[in-house]
Amino acid sequence: MTAGGWYEPGSSPVHRVPAGWKFAALLALAAAVFALRSPVWLGGICAAVVLAYGVARVSLRRCAGVARSLGVLAAFVFAVQWWLLGADRALVVCLRVVTALAAANLFTITTRIDDVVAAVEGGLGPLRRFGVRPDRIGLIVGLTLQAVAALSAIAAEVREAARARGAQRSVTAFAVPFLVRTLRHADELGEALAARGEGDR
Amino acid sequence: MPAADLARTVVFAAFIAVLGIFPGFYVGTSGVPIVLQNAGPLLAGAVLGARRGTASVVLLLALTAIGLPLLSGGRAGIGPFLGPSGGFLLGWILSALVVGLIVERAARPRLPVLFAAGAAGLAADYLIGVPFLGLYTGDLPAAATQSLVFLPGDVAKAVTVALIAATLHRALPGQLAGSAKRAR
Repeated sequence: MTAGGWYEPGSSPVHRVPAGWKFAALLALAAAVFALRSPVWLGGICAAVVLAYGVARVSLRRCAGVARSLGVLAAFVFAVQWWLLGADRALVVCLRVVTALAAANLFTITTRIDDVVAAVEGGLGPLRRFGVRPDRIGLIVGLTLQAVAALSAIAAEVREAARARGAQRSVTAFAVPFLVRTLRHADELGEALAARGEGDR
Repeated sequence: MPAADLARTVVFAAFIAVLGIFPGFYVGTSGVPIVLQNAGPLLAGAVLGARRGTASVVLLLALTAIGLPLLSGGRAGIGPFLGPSGGFLLGWILSALVVGLIVERAARPRLPVLFAAGAAGLAADYLIGVPFLGLYTGDLPAAATQSLVFLPGDVAKAVTVALIAATLHRALPGQLAGSAKRAR
């Protein structure tokens, strides 16, 4: 399982900012990017985000990957908006997309998932009185990742079986057995959880 | 949440993720692979019902947001939500809710009900997605025009979901949304 995702370990100032503050900063930046209409301001913020990649010492390979995916998206967005709205506004939209996505990716690259989970648990603390159980988030994350692994194996088997029947082009021949086995897996998991006293009643 | 509901919610969130991880499907004679992931929320509503279906979509999106690469193409983090199509992603929640509510109201979820539910779920997704895109481009009509490109493919997916859900409801009578009420 590639649960490690995008995270790149490091000790830069960007890595060391607590996850909750970093997330708040990201939201503030996204709001600003949406509100601003001036290409100069947007360009400035965009440059600042690029600078932050340097401060965080993100590996060149990762930078190239982000730049490639953003470049393709930006080119596509620019072409469509140019055609519909004209070049000036296309540039603004493009800068918004690139700035917001680059900042969000930087957050994901420099923040450990465990730290995000801890920050979420802390942030949801006040909701405890409404029956929310923040301490269960870690359990649910683990359960979901396990289920992804189990269902991937099931999906491969079901697809193999459909191919053996000569039905590899039929979506239903794949989806229906896959769903039936998915639900059966869920029932087994439910019984296992109940046996361990998880869940209410 | 009882253990069985928790398990179904968690496993269905994983199911939607696997739809995205899985390489695209080749439908008919076209050489273009179709990614089925955005059919996932419709299926979640149609199979699990409003409450658990919506919960599984919220769980999937929350896990994506904290950085797990569960969206198609290995996308992860806050990025996908802040992108131009982020509204369509958030719209999944309303989508699953709407489909679930319609399917639960039906005495027996047959094909016509499921078609209607799929169409309503799709409309719910666009209801969130198009204005979000409009916010990005600063021009709502233009955003609507751009979104039309994806409509034929999405309609095909909604129809497929209805077909799959109808078969599934026949295969597992009394175990899914809608029929669960009588079982209780």
